[in-house]
Amino acid sequence: MSGMTIIVKTICNWVKVLILLFGLYIILFGHATPGGGFAGGVILAGTYVLIMLAFGREAVEKNLSPSLAGKLLSVGAASFGLIALAGFLFGRDKFLWNFIYQKWPDFKFLGGGTIDLAEFAIGLVVTMSLYLVIFTISVYCRDFKCRDKQCDIPVKEREQN
Amino acid sequence: MLYALCFLMFTIGLYCTVVKKNMVKIVIGIVIMEYAVNLFLIMLGYRIGGVAPIVVEGHVLGNFVDSSVDPLPQALVLTAIVISLGSLALIISICVRTYEKYGTFDITQIRRLKG
Amino acid sequence: MSIPLPVFVIIPLMTAFLLPLFGKKGKAAATLFANLATISLLVLAVASIGKSAVYEIGKWSIPLGINLVLDGLSSLVLLAISVVAAAAMLFSTKYMEQYTAKSRYLSLFMLMVAGMNGVVLSGDLFNLFVFLEIASLASYALVGFGCENEELEASFKYMVLGSIGSTFILFGIALVYGNTGMLNMAYISKAIQANGLNAGLGFALALFITGFGLKAALVPFHAWLPDAHPSAPAPISAMLSGVLIKTLGIYAMARVLFNIFGISVSLGWILIVLGMLSMVSGAFLAMGQWDLKRLMAYSSISQIGYMVLGIGLGGLILAKGGDLAWASLAILGGLFHLVNHAVYKSLLFLTSGSVAMSTGTRQLKEMGGLAEKLPVTRIACTIASASIAGIPPFSGFWSKLILVIAAILSGYYWIAAVIVFVSLCTLIMYLKVQRYVFLGELPENLQDIKEHRGSMAFAMLSLTLLCVFMGLLVIVPGLKAIVLDPAVKVLTDGLLYSSNIIGM
Repeated sequence: MSGMTIIVKTICNWVKVLILLFGLYIILFGHATPGGGFAGGVILAGTYVLIMLAFGREAVEKNLSPSLAGKLLSVGAASFGLIALAGFLFGRDKFLWNFIYQKWPDFKFLGGGTIDLAEFAIGLVVTMSLYLVIFTISVYCRDFKCRDKQCDIPVKEREQN
Repeated sequence: MLYALCFLMFTIGLYCTVVKKNMVKIVIGIVIMEYAVNLFLIMLGYRIGGVAPIVVEGHVLGNFVDSSVDPLPQALVLTAIVISLGSLALIISICVRTYEKYGTFDITQIRRLKG
Repeated sequence: MSIPLPVFVIIPLMTAFLLPLFGKKGKAAATLFANLATISLLVLAVASIGKSAVYEIGKWSIPLGINLVLDGLSSLVLLAISVVAAAAMLFSTKYMEQYTAKSRYLSLFMLMVAGMNGVVLSGDLFNLFVFLEIASLASYALVGFGCENEELEASFKYMVLGSIGSTFILFGIALVYGNTGMLNMAYISKAIQANGLNAGLGFALALFITGFGLKAALVPFHAWLPDAHPSAPAPISAMLSGVLIKTLGIYAMARVLFNIFGISVSLGWILIVLGMLSMVSGAFLAMGQWDLKRLMAYSSISQIGYMVLGIGLGGLILAKGGDLAWASLAILGGLFHLVNHAVYKSLLFLTSGSVAMSTGTRQLKEMGGLAEKLPVTRIACTIASASIAGIPPFSGFWSKLILVIAAILSGYYWIAAVIVFVSLCTLIMYLKVQRYVFLGELPENLQDIKEHRGSMAFAMLSLTLLCVFMGLLVIVPGLKAIVLDPAVKVLTDGLLYSSNIIGM
């Protein structure tokens, strides 16, 4: 896979920034409008798929290596768990409690309180896991010992949303 | 009536899963079943002429409840889609690995295990 | 002090996501971390015995938000899960060195534990489905973990049937939601009591029985189990056979049938017939097997039948308005057999892993005379076999005795006869294991094998001790009142479940 023609590459260079921004927008406004971590994460992963199609797999691999993606995925999932656990810390015995919204009304301009933070974590998880799924299937598994088993599980972390 | 069509789609998926010999077609059958259930859930919450279930300032809450669609099935379907995405990715990767080992997708020829 | 219920889900979940961060170098640290997590879960599960609690997540009140419920049945199954998980994790510290991607294995293992704990604690039908899918997805991946031909094929088979089962369950949940407008189990139950069953709910009930039956591998739906369980690594086989099929199948089915829909005579008969079919055909199929783990997998099907039979018999007596004491006795037999089977079947799979690791084969005909080479494994396997066959001092005897007594007292003599007959078949198949694995001539190529001691032997011995002393749970009245009776009461109370939850 060495990529497509120059036209596709140029257009892709222009468009990829817009798509990334749109994905971030969807994640940021997930608490108030349709969308959120999952939808935004899918769009972000779509950017990587577009680059993979236009420039070839190696270009993406240099940019975001699968092992780094796996680590980021774990970080995202673990930070979602920490946000959930923070409810214990700030309110007694209140798991997944929206402590920012309830405790510090000054921060209400953020919109959703902990939901915003959780959306970011979910977006990270979904982006990385979808990227890993598509990447490993495109590699056709020959060089990857069982990596494809790992990558699709933590997607479900977002079901709390 | 529409619910019956959903059920028809579900049985088509079940038929495809049970009868077909090709691994990829079996996977497609499973996906059809899952989508039939998702469609059924969405239709449960749908109301003709309903509005999106997002509260904006200025809504009268009583009117809003009467005119909006049910948001709960939508959340359920979103979760179910994520789950089916995860299992689809896993099962496709298993299919790919199996194809590498055996060189075929035909389950009648992949018969190491029996009994 | 009450235990905050989400810890049962959040500890394994967080562990699962933190483990990959250790990387390749921190393998020993990751293993230690995972072991700590399972052992802390065990401590928490022991501490939660005899308590009951309702936990509202995020402080949303019950019909609006998601809740977790701990009652007698939940804490019993939770205890079984934690015991088996701790032992299997201890066993896999050494055993999994044969495989390459150990940290992935550990995180999938923890994900599976998280899913099962969630299923047991969930008080909400849809969350039950979500956790069930988490546990099933992790187990699909673990069955295909070796990436060899047989394992991939078994995993594919398991995944197809498991996905069909999940889709059925989801369809059932959709029908229930459409008919009652509720997802919380207590409120669904209340709505069904108020309005009665209609056609849609009846169809949902059929879908639930099929779906959970597929997950539990009851006989018409059992085709995946004998392939999937032997293909997994030994500690995972122990988890799958020991607790996964019970949590996702038996527990969920009992919860839905008894506490949500309410048991009726026809449902009781369905359960009894499914149980009898599983018992008899599982036992017959197991006797003809020559692969050690495959034999054990078929015997799991037969043992699952005992539990379904016990629960179904209790439900039948309840629905007919018979004596409550006999119904409790039958359900007690089923549930006690569930716990017992979790212990001794996981022990048997662990011993099979130990044998396979030492000899490199699973075929019964290629082994023999391993008694002096593998003494610890031999002791463990013999006691577990005696227990599963129902030899008196060991745990399996007591649960089967209770089932037989319940069947005779309630007048179903033929059920008692079948129970005794299948028990005899079980004895025959495990005598076959003893004969071909541990007695007889030692083959030439196995002269210089040695046993793996350390954590593997410790895990097996602790489960063996449990096997010997589990009988005390029913003999000592105090223990029975704390551990088993609340669980039985949850099922015999039936539809009172909803008023218990809403009132609390």
